[in-house]
Amino acid sequence: MYGLGILKGFGVTALNAFRSPFTVEYPDRRVGLPGLARSAGINPLAFVLKRPKDALKAVLGLAKIPARSQQHSRFRGQDFTWYVERCTGCASCAKLCPLGIIKIVTDPSGRQTQEGEVYDIETFDIDLARCMACGICVEVCPYDALHMGSGFERARYGFPNLLITVDELKKAPKRPSTWFRPQLEERGYHPHKSGQADWRLVGRHERPTAGQLKRNWVDDRAK
Amino acid sequence: MTSSFLDNAFFRNIYCNLASSDSARCAGGGPFGDGLFPPGWEWFAFLVTAFLTVFVVINGALLGVNAYIWGERRLIGRIQGRPGPNRWGPFGLLTPVADLIKILTKEDIVPAAADRLLFFLAPFLIVVPVLLVFAVVPFGSSSWVADLNIGLLYVLAVLSVESFAPVMAGWGSQNRYAMFGALRAVALLVSYEIPMVLSLLGVLMIAGSLSLVDVVHAQSVPFILVQPLGFLVFFIGTVAEIQRAPFDLAEAESELVGGYHTDYSGIRWGLFQAGEFLATIAGAAIIVTVFLGGWRGPDFLPSHAWFFIKLTGVLVVMTWIRGTLPRLRIDQVTSFAWKGLLPLAALNVVLSALLSLIWPAPTNGELWIMVAINMTVAAAALIVLGQFGPKAGERPTPAPVSTLREATPGGGN
Repeated sequence: MYGLGILKGFGVTALNAFRSPFTVEYPDRRVGLPGLARSAGINPLAFVLKRPKDALKAVLGLAKIPARSQQHSRFRGQDFTWYVERCTGCASCAKLCPLGIIKIVTDPSGRQTQEGEVYDIETFDIDLARCMACGICVEVCPYDALHMGSGFERARYGFPNLLITVDELKKAPKRPSTWFRPQLEERGYHPHKSGQADWRLVGRHERPTAGQLKRNWVDDRAK
Repeated sequence: MTSSFLDNAFFRNIYCNLASSDSARCAGGGPFGDGLFPPGWEWFAFLVTAFLTVFVVINGALLGVNAYIWGERRLIGRIQGRPGPNRWGPFGLLTPVADLIKILTKEDIVPAAADRLLFFLAPFLIVVPVLLVFAVVPFGSSSWVADLNIGLLYVLAVLSVESFAPVMAGWGSQNRYAMFGALRAVALLVSYEIPMVLSLLGVLMIAGSLSLVDVVHAQSVPFILVQPLGFLVFFIGTVAEIQRAPFDLAEAESELVGGYHTDYSGIRWGLFQAGEFLATIAGAAIIVTVFLGGWRGPDFLPSHAWFFIKLTGVLVVMTWIRGTLPRLRIDQVTSFAWKGLLPLAALNVVLSALLSLIWPAPTNGELWIMVAINMTVAAAALIVLGQFGPKAGERPTPAPVSTLREATPGGGN
């Protein structure tokens, strides 16, 4: 009969109104007393007794808890994760960058580079203002030193601040995205859940043992 | 005028404190001794009290608009799977305040080609008539500004004045989109005014009075039960008359930018919005008064509380409709009014006339018999009318394409 479809639609919207919303509230989420107590890890009654002021705020609807969306582990963020321990300063990333926005200056002085040592990286500038996050620099890195990051809060108040310097790269928390790094996924790593990743974890191969290193660098040359 | 706001104890006390010499109304002086004004100044006391009443009612209505905007946005948000405004104040309650501050600080732009008088008058013409409606709405068993003996006629007349505003805005802003919106608004209002007024005739026959207070007194059985068809037609007609979704094609933002208020900005645009929400509340108040028993209800709550509970219920249903139904096309809207609502309203008038011939002054028991008859006829009428629409899964036949191409010599490729 004409009009029954309309009533069906009313039923759908009425059911929808009682479901919890899909929205991820960023950067923080307003919670009531139960939600605040759950985020503090104690039951609501104990929460009221322990922190009555916060409980009152929560009842009035003014309490906030931080909320972050759970990105997929392969999500390519707006930053890079770089391991100075793994980088040899070969500058493959700088050569292959389609936009030419990576600048690397290395200092070979005083280092036995021929003997498997590395260059000292003086400058490693990535101009995020022009970066299109294609990820070619990450694909070409032979030593798995450069990874896409997983952060998404890199908005800044000016173009100069968008330049990532080597100091910033060294200091940044090491949460590499698992994009183009299947070894990280095989090891069950998730940038948001697993915490920071050490340089020993992120390589394509197992870390060579002392015996392997000796075989590679000492025994071979002795022949 | 049979009675006025001085029936309300609150305002009578204020009046009697100002002029206790008016022995007709304030026997034994005011509650706090003698009046403030000397004898002969009763008119001034009346003026002061009247201004106070109007102040309370208008500001109450505007506060209601703010509360309703918040409630509607929250509810629509939940229907659409999002939380709705929740950043400003507890549960987002201060969001309308923030919106108002934003609107007040925006630039007021007047198009260079605008007809300035009409352009400036239109926003006021959309707010003032709706505020006038609140003059006759009984909010409680003794709370109203004025009890006009032609109350319903007054409401319909005043609400019709409001339909000038879209035309003035559309014409005044000299804008094609605005003009289209205005023309759509006129078509809508012309179509829905008739079934809406016809649907009220049945109520008048039973109540025997045009006064809204008398209509409420006549509802020992709520008229939604006695007049189910009348309620249906009047509800749909009201939603269309105040141009809310799904009848908001006069300001269809996906087709007409903003409709008749495309060129308005700042507080003038805000007046249009406030007028729209005020009209929604006024329409809901009329529906509550005429069909849902007004302030009447069991005694454990005061009469005002019953009125506001019913009002909230009607507003929630209107928001629910807005969150559910998509916007109609203009031809669907008008054909629905003329082919659907008008026959139903006419049937209701004929049926009510017959029943009121049999029972000129219905008692409670006779009202229940009328409920049974009217419900049966309403269900039968809806089922019969439903047979004329498209069947489930069937697509309506498209309108005939212009034959211009076949008429051109040489055929059409």
